[in-house]
Amino acid sequence: MPVLDSLLIVVLLLNLFVLGTSRIYAVIRAVSVQGALLGFMPLLVHEKIGIQTALLSAATVLLKGIVIPRMLMHAMREARIKREVEPFIGLLTSMVLGAVAAGVSVLAARELPLAAGHAASLVVPSALATSFTGFILLVTRLKAISQVTGFLLLENGIFIFALLLLEAMPFIVEIGVLLDLFVGIFLIGIIVEHMNREFSSLDTRHLTTLKE
Amino acid sequence: MPLILVEVSAALLLLSGVADLPRLGGPRATKWVGSLIALIGSALGVAASVWALTQASEASQSISWNLPGGDLDLGLDPLSAFFLVPIFFVGGLGTLYQIGYWDPASHPRNFRAHRFFWGLLQGGLALLVLARNGVAFLFGWEVMALSAFFLISTEDQREEVREAAWVYLVATHVGTLSLFGMFSLLWASTGSFGWGTLDLGGQETWRLWGVFALAIIGFGLKAGLMPLHFWLPGAHANAPSHVSAMLSGVVIKMGIYGLARLLSMIPQPPLSWGGLLLLLGAVSCVGGVLFAIGQHDLKRLLAYHSVENIGIILMGLGLALIGRSTGRRDLLMLGMAGCLLHVWNHGLFKPLLFFGAGAVLHTTQTREMDALGGLAGRMPWTAGLFLVGALSICGLPPFNGFVSELFIYLGFFRGLLTVDGASYPAVALGAPILAIVGALAVACFVKVYGVVFLGSPRSSAVASAQEPPLTMRSAMAPLAVACVGIGVAPFLVARLLEHAVRTWGGESLSPVRAADIEAWVPLGWLTFLGLALILSIGVLFLRFSRVWGRSTARSVTWDCGYAAPTPRMQYTSSSFAKILVDQFSWVLHPKGEQPQIRGFFPTTVKRHSWVEDRVLGEIIHPLAKALERLCARLRPLQQGKLQAYLLYVFIILGILLIWGALGAP
Repeated sequence: MPVLDSLLIVVLLLNLFVLGTSRIYAVIRAVSVQGALLGFMPLLVHEKIGIQTALLSAATVLLKGIVIPRMLMHAMREARIKREVEPFIGLLTSMVLGAVAAGVSVLAARELPLAAGHAASLVVPSALATSFTGFILLVTRLKAISQVTGFLLLENGIFIFALLLLEAMPFIVEIGVLLDLFVGIFLIGIIVEHMNREFSSLDTRHLTTLKE
Repeated sequence: MPLILVEVSAALLLLSGVADLPRLGGPRATKWVGSLIALIGSALGVAASVWALTQASEASQSISWNLPGGDLDLGLDPLSAFFLVPIFFVGGLGTLYQIGYWDPASHPRNFRAHRFFWGLLQGGLALLVLARNGVAFLFGWEVMALSAFFLISTEDQREEVREAAWVYLVATHVGTLSLFGMFSLLWASTGSFGWGTLDLGGQETWRLWGVFALAIIGFGLKAGLMPLHFWLPGAHANAPSHVSAMLSGVVIKMGIYGLARLLSMIPQPPLSWGGLLLLLGAVSCVGGVLFAIGQHDLKRLLAYHSVENIGIILMGLGLALIGRSTGRRDLLMLGMAGCLLHVWNHGLFKPLLFFGAGAVLHTTQTREMDALGGLAGRMPWTAGLFLVGALSICGLPPFNGFVSELFIYLGFFRGLLTVDGASYPAVALGAPILAIVGALAVACFVKVYGVVFLGSPRSSAVASAQEPPLTMRSAMAPLAVACVGIGVAPFLVARLLEHAVRTWGGESLSPVRAADIEAWVPLGWLTFLGLALILSIGVLFLRFSRVWGRSTARSVTWDCGYAAPTPRMQYTSSSFAKILVDQFSWVLHPKGEQPQIRGFFPTTVKRHSWVEDRVLGEIIHPLAKALERLCARLRPLQQGKLQAYLLYVFIILGILLIWGALGAP
């Protein structure tokens, strides 16, 4: 499936871009593009496209590509922040880490006990790499918004992995996961707003004061 | 049928606390609604369990639930019924007592929570005794242990209450942990959590001893065996008095129940177990009474006497176990009957004493004995009832403590004459140790009664003292009546005891013989002597009351020529106990400040002496400090940063991934 693999390579490049940029708008845009790309993938995986697959694709594109990014943009405008200041580790370093994670994922995917058809494609390595990128973002960034994007990347990774199981997984589960994600981001948007009003900052370091 | 009734009453007790949670009506209604439900539940429970005990009926029931480890297996046999009686009896009287003692008006902050956990405690206790498999047992055990924690910390605005409650919580969790270990070991050996005959004969000895050691730690912590008693004095002293009564009278007996139940299921216990139990019991009862003598706090002193009485109970159990291992019917019968009867007796006189102490605390607001004195004139009912409890706990005839200790004495004497071999020293030392403990207990209660109720008031706290409300007095009276009743007419309970002992002894008591206890104990003579004693005391009293009636001039006692004697010159609780405390200072390590008096006209100096708990102060506290230092090294892990925590999750996931990749076939 050359089309799918080339899309996955774009996904991997977007991962590196997310790690390398300091502008949060750019990060959100990249994640939304990635989400939209993911939305088209179920159409490529299936031989015959039923109404359910089409619905799922449309819902994913709509939510990941349009609704969630808009919510985040809105939250950011409310909080009036534009760029991530001083991440724990430098942007270049995190990009290198992301590249290493991608390499490790390719190696690990080869070692994992997978079904015969799946071993050759890029699905499993890119799923792992995207999850790793999400983790790196979660661990190294300070602003709450950047962490939300990390969480989204993590979910994207899981979504890619789920492509393998698309036939086995019932439609309702997929839609449920999407709904969960939507509600989660919605809540985080509200929390971000409250955090900003309370601490006049979105720096998660302030949460340290909650430590016992 | 009795099983259903007991379950219904347990459910009523559980509900009784819930009924008080919403604010139904005014404080007057809340005062009564829950209490009435609880009283009905307790009355039903007492009736059902006594019925089951007299019929020696056995019943069981299995309710399926979706928990791992088996269904909710419940059952009722004479041994369970025997332990259910004090749960419902003392619980019911405690409910009656708290109506006056812990009323909503004077404790608006905590009485709802206290009533909720009071009901929960009794329900948990009933479940524990009815349980017929390990899971159900642990379920009841934890309900009991945790609701007891919340009851102890009722007055959590006070620092010492919080501290005592934490020590209790740590102790009970350690105990539960070792019970988990014990049940897991049993599961590994027998393949189920069910209770029946645990035939461990084919297993390695370390398993057998592992089960025994974990049982001693788990059940011993709850029962308050001497080195494991460290939580007990603080918890008993700082809980509300009816909670102290329940803890001391019933909750710590659950340790004994657990141990007895476990031992009953092991068909061939090693002989050394009995000797070990005797030894532990001896340490507990001597240590308990010695530390009691050194106390100034009335409730703390009573708490140490619980340690002593648990020791006596354990000695009975040890003797019975020796009887079972050696196939001696008489030792088994006398030891176990003494053990079980003392469980009842201690469950009668200790709540009576705690209720009395609570009445004193209620009206004077102090537990410090050196601030009391002369209360007998101001609260004659409380003083009289406390005296009955004090005489019972000293094991004097014609009260109930004498009967149960006599059973154990007779067991020891029979063992002394006939047992030989390895367990001989343990058996031979039993009777003298019981005698020493009895004498020390008498000394201790002479001190308590003399300092608190006799003499003249030592502080203004006593000046306004008056009798407690009727509900509190009426909770004490049945206990005192039962103390005298069992003391004078032990034949009334002999049959019930036999049923319970037979359940415990199992096959070692077949063929079944009626009147097993009468064969070795002259119950008729006990009644006769008891009545004769009461009669002669009555005659003496009548004789002397005429003498006292003639001259009632009041004056100070002989005062060594002091010009201005004050009540503070009376014997204090420390001066009364000084000789004994000094004699046993190698055990007690009394602490004190001894000021120097200099010059011809010395200024005011203060002298102060006290006896601390050595296990808590010298072992547990340093141990906890060391543990704290060790755990402090883990503190840097707690960054308070979200990112750091996510990193931990990430690292663990990475490790799992690598493990999965490498470990996969």
